[in-house]
Amino acid sequence: MTPQPSSRDRILARVRAAVADAPEAPAVARDYRTSHTADDPAGVLDLLHENLADYRAHVHRTTPDGLPALVARRLAERGARTVAVPPGLPAGWLAATDAVRRPDEPRLTPYELDGVDAVVTGCALAIAETGTIVLDGGPGQGRRALTLVPDLHVCVVRAPEQVVASVPLALPRLDPTLPLTWISGPSATSDIELDRVEGVHGPRTLEVILVAGGLT
Amino acid sequence: MSGTFVGMPSFPKAAHEAVGDATLRANLRHATHTIRDKRARAVAELDDWAALREAGKRIKDDTLRHLGTYLVRLEEAVTRAGGTVHWAADAAEANRIVTDLVKATGETEVVKVKSMATQEIGLNEHLEAEGIAAYETDLAELIVQLGEDRPSHILVPAIHRNRGEIRDIFREKMGSWGRPAPEGLSDTPAELAEAARLHLREKFLRAKVGISGANFMVAETGTLVVVESEGNGRMCLTLPETLISVVGIEKVVPTWRDLEVFLQTLPRSSTAERMNPYTSMWTGTTDDDGPRTFHLVLLDNGRTDALADEVGRQALRCIRCSACLNVCPVYERAGGHAYGSVYPGPIGAILTPQLRGTTSDIDASLPYASSLCGACYDVCPVAIDIPEVLVHLRERVAGEGGKGHRLEKAAMKAAGWVLDHPSALAAGERLASATRKLHPKRLPGPGARQWSDHRDLPELPAEPFRDWWKKNRT
Repeated sequence: MTPQPSSRDRILARVRAAVADAPEAPAVARDYRTSHTADDPAGVLDLLHENLADYRAHVHRTTPDGLPALVARRLAERGARTVAVPPGLPAGWLAATDAVRRPDEPRLTPYELDGVDAVVTGCALAIAETGTIVLDGGPGQGRRALTLVPDLHVCVVRAPEQVVASVPLALPRLDPTLPLTWISGPSATSDIELDRVEGVHGPRTLEVILVAGGLT
Repeated sequence: MSGTFVGMPSFPKAAHEAVGDATLRANLRHATHTIRDKRARAVAELDDWAALREAGKRIKDDTLRHLGTYLVRLEEAVTRAGGTVHWAADAAEANRIVTDLVKATGETEVVKVKSMATQEIGLNEHLEAEGIAAYETDLAELIVQLGEDRPSHILVPAIHRNRGEIRDIFREKMGSWGRPAPEGLSDTPAELAEAARLHLREKFLRAKVGISGANFMVAETGTLVVVESEGNGRMCLTLPETLISVVGIEKVVPTWRDLEVFLQTLPRSSTAERMNPYTSMWTGTTDDDGPRTFHLVLLDNGRTDALADEVGRQALRCIRCSACLNVCPVYERAGGHAYGSVYPGPIGAILTPQLRGTTSDIDASLPYASSLCGACYDVCPVAIDIPEVLVHLRERVAGEGGKGHRLEKAAMKAAGWVLDHPSALAAGERLASATRKLHPKRLPGPGARQWSDHRDLPELPAEPFRDWWKKNRT
């Protein structure tokens, strides 16, 4: 008796037989734009600001010196008394807040995270044309659950070095072996009569702080 | 759960009832027109849309031409990154694989990300029969699941329900699935969404197994991509210890760079946004972040049949944006349920008969569920020529000899004879004009009557054009 071929082998054989006589597909043309935005850092930053706000993120601008006070103010105004702290978050960013810090070392359980009011993170980069911030779990960002379960996410973007104009400019700067989360505005749904509602399961509020001028 | 499509009547029959439902038609009209207008604005922001569309088409054509190579590459990359790849030839095998994987964890409940592939194979019903509760977590899917209903749109599955109906479903059903709806729940979308948040959060926090599909799989890197809005997807993809993703084999793209095309075209075509609120990308497993165990189930279930059809295979380019539904005059009136499949609208009319074959009444009727107006082709971000495939599938169905289609062939043969004999044509036209007061508003006979039930017959002129021409111009 010959052994039954595995489903893997059967599917692959069917796939190959299905296209065996098909002509070669024409080469992929990449004549679309690399970016739709003029190469001007100030203009790109303005566009990021505008597009983030258009999808109901709250956007603020500051300098490195002004950052700790701004973070403290955002947390206080949203009534956040506890804040999750990802590993590697620069200590100075939380220097001015009196919110109780909840470091994620050791890992907070999902239930513990659910009891935290806010999280403050950096990001990997931000995309101006789409109003998107991208997290890759690097220092100061932490694992994905940290920016998902608490109801307020305060995200710090360093301009201009973390800001790109477009999706085609973003992908080469990202490492696909890392878990990536692209965030464009807060959690939202339009499932009920197409009325947009913010905050179904992810954070209801996204505060993005754009910091210009040599933050480290 | 009555989520099954088995035994659905043919499209004309199902559509007939839907067309008579004025509320449904009004809901659908509002929804489809709102999304289509927004989409047009979102697309207009990119002046290279035509180039992006062509690139998307070619990437998918290259993928399909070398699908075997890319699937093997994907399998290697996912395995290298710590995942396990399974292959499922059909729905039964996919359901068995997933059930065994869930049972191996010792869990009896799973949380699910909205996924067409798992709907297609009837995974929830299968899991239920095996004693495993599968919780849908997308708000619209939750509404559909609690309402023991079927989805009617790819993107907004509960588009046929209004807020009052949703409140009633939440009040009546939430309690038997978990946390009940809050006392005094109103029908405002914000309160309804909040009720869903509370109801599902307890499930997310305790979930040990998550089940998803994927929008894209990158062969080069082994990366899976899920595009969503609410964060329920992120919850299911990151909080559980085990993640099982069931994905159609056509969802692979060759390279990381290819995502630059689809992440521009999918959100704008789908929800008419520059970018959807959340996109998750993961490659195998990551220490200390997300599930420790990741299984990818690659699903055929008729896709290789579609791939073998040289005209029809372009349907496998589909990225499930649903733009074709929102512009379709037939979908707008008939609604999603009439298509008898998880894939409604124009794309469903060409995909379903290819995945399932054309032996059942509903599948044989789907290629005719279109006016061939071509709007679906115009908006498709991967340029699927849906009208071309519809006509191609009609030929196949007619060749297989359905009852109604023998009639069509006889009519075409008679028409051919008349057109070949000008004097007969002229006599027929004169007779038609002379008797026009006697013409019925509805046509007699099967097929013709159904046609004229929903359409006005054209008025015939007082005299045939060729007689008028002879009198006035010669």
